[in-house]
Amino acid sequence: MKKLEVRNVVKIYGSNPDKAIALLQKNPEIGNDEIRKKTKQVVGIRDVSFSVDSGESFVIMGLSGSGKSTLLRCINQLIKPTAGEILLDGEDLTKLNDKQLIEIRRKKMGMVFQRFALLPNRTVLENVAYGLEIQNINRQERAEKAKKALEMVGLKGWEDYYPHNLSGGMQQRVGIARALATDPDLLLMDEPFSALDPLIRHEMQEELLELQKKLHKTIIFVTHDLDEAIKIGDKIALMKDARIVQIGEPEEILLSPANDYVARFVENVDRSKALTASAVMVKPRTVIFPKDGPRTALRSMEKNGISSLFVTDRDGHLLGYIRAEDVAEIANQGDRQLERVIQKDMPVAHPDTLLADLLEVLAYTKVPVAVVDEDNKLVGTLVRGSVIAGLAGKKEESHELYSEDSLS
Amino acid sequence: MNYIPKIPLAEWTDKFIAYLTLHCSDTTQSIADFLEKLILGIKNFLVMIPPELFIFIVAALAWWLAGRRMGIFTLIGLFFVYNIQLWDATMATLAMIISAVLFCILLGLPLGILAAKNKTAYKIITPILDFMQTLPAFVYLLPAIPFFGLGVVPAVITTVIFAMPPVIRLTALGIRQVPEELIELGRSFGSTFFQMLLKIELPLARSTILAGINQCIMLSLSMVVIAAMIGAKGLGGDVWKAIQTLNMGMGFEAGVAIVILAIILDRITQSLGKSK
Ligand SMILES: Nc1ncnc2c1ncn2[C@@H]1O[C@H](COP(=O)(O)OP(=O)(O)OP(=O)(O)O)[C@@H](O)[C@H]1O
Ligand SMILES: [Mg+2]
Repeated sequence: MKKLEVRNVVKIYGSNPDKAIALLQKNPEIGNDEIRKKTKQVVGIRDVSFSVDSGESFVIMGLSGSGKSTLLRCINQLIKPTAGEILLDGEDLTKLNDKQLIEIRRKKMGMVFQRFALLPNRTVLENVAYGLEIQNINRQERAEKAKKALEMVGLKGWEDYYPHNLSGGMQQRVGIARALATDPDLLLMDEPFSALDPLIRHEMQEELLELQKKLHKTIIFVTHDLDEAIKIGDKIALMKDARIVQIGEPEEILLSPANDYVARFVENVDRSKALTASAVMVKPRTVIFPKDGPRTALRSMEKNGISSLFVTDRDGHLLGYIRAEDVAEIANQGDRQLERVIQKDMPVAHPDTLLADLLEVLAYTKVPVAVVDEDNKLVGTLVRGSVIAGLAGKKEESHELYSEDSLS
Repeated sequence: MNYIPKIPLAEWTDKFIAYLTLHCSDTTQSIADFLEKLILGIKNFLVMIPPELFIFIVAALAWWLAGRRMGIFTLIGLFFVYNIQLWDATMATLAMIISAVLFCILLGLPLGILAAKNKTAYKIITPILDFMQTLPAFVYLLPAIPFFGLGVVPAVITTVIFAMPPVIRLTALGIRQVPEELIELGRSFGSTFFQMLLKIELPLARSTILAGINQCIMLSLSMVVIAAMIGAKGLGGDVWKAIQTLNMGMGFEAGVAIVILAIILDRITQSLGKSK
């Protein structure tokens, strides 16, 4: 379900945006600098469109000055877009009057800030309760909800402290609790972890993911850190010079960058932390069913030049694997029952397991890694060649490498 | 330069004031009546309190807000003022200061907020403030007389004009200094204009505004003394009398009382801005 739709949004900073819009219409390829020189107007974002599903984490990512904050603030109308539509639950926010907008901001959106934006004269609890307070919710209910939100971010017991008593990481937890306290559907986060040191940042990312598993908010998350984007984002929009240059799932961005700019951007990212098993697994070419005899199994292995086979039942549930030498042995003995030689000690991964977590297994395993879904159905296998190709950023070649990968 | 006739600024001013006096005297009269009642009311209230009790209350307040040393100073200072029989004059001066500061805050705070929020208002208000602050006080002491006569009322009105600028200026400054991110915080959570003001901007501008009020009080004190020239009594009246009769001892006594009052008012209001 679409939660948020951004359609052709443009933001021009300056007193005479129409001039810049006219230039943009005449020549959609015109550069931002040229617009600035000709009209003295600064382009914040130009012709940005995307949509975000309910419960999705959407990351806006790009270098400094690329327009990320502008885009985020257009969504809650802190910045009025010069043109375009922004639909939240199908309602165009650009058409609302002040009163309606206040209502939407109170009920449907929460914002988290880079420098935390805590009010220094209020206690932690009062800070978290701010959104409730301005809705004139009574003191007791306010305190209850705020306490619950604080508990969610692991700050139980800190209610009566002041922000300056807290470390940066804790202050941002308060910021997150404040955004959660009003229970909005949409969370807007502008580089929420950029001001934290790397260790704490890492911790906070994990915690956000944990929270999100429970809460299923729709999150718009701004960052300039690609590793962070890949970790947090279900989808990533990459911005450059006020435009979105590519939108896609993290793997798409890594494996098929839309242009050189994106390619250069993703060059240095740690792919093993971004790519999951599903991105580099190959379809199991042949599987065998237990009732197939050893002869069939041997023939199949011979034909594909491999020395082991996965065994599944008719519905595709993984039962184990068989090795050529074992099968040959029972074939010689005239035994028709494959079950006897099915081994169960193969490494198993899920489609969303990160490669980082599989590298060690891959280094030592003698059989391919089986990738199974939550019903234990075999959906793919991982062989060293395709994994290495994936890590090197070459998805296309991985299939060819597959056949070379003999199972030792 | 002689071929340009002198621009009759003085005549114009006289005519303008004559015009105002003629046409607005009803309004000014009712304002004057109201002010007079207010100032007298405050003064009578202050005088009604037994001086010993008053001294102890203020000393305790000073101790609590500004520390032990200030508490002791207040105690000794006020007893000294009482002892040299300037109590009534001091209370009269204090009553004028209180009413003037009251009006400065009542008018200055909203104007300061307006100047902070609205660029045009800011551009109009700032030069007026500069004008008000640099124009010698004596110059607008005079036109107050045809409007409000002699006495405490014109004294307080000129004091308000003289002492209000810092309230406006520092209120505007304090609000403008609120970090952008906190303004965004307020807006993004759906605060109304007044919620922004009351829950974010004013609390964060608090110490700056209090610094403005502190300056306002000090300026009021100095102006109230000068305003004795147009018939305001109080400590300034004693100084004025001393000047006219060349009575140095009397002038010095009143002067010391003014200094004591100034120090107490200054330290108490300063610590208001710092505490919490
Ligand atoms: N209030 C403003 N007036 C004029 N230009 C602005 C304003 N705010 C932003 N800009 C310009 O718009 C462009 C996009 O700015 P924006 O703040 O959205 O970038 P950003 O991607 O968030 O960068 P950063 O990573 O530094 O926060 C920049 O060129 C900036 O100079
Ligand atoms: Mg930014």
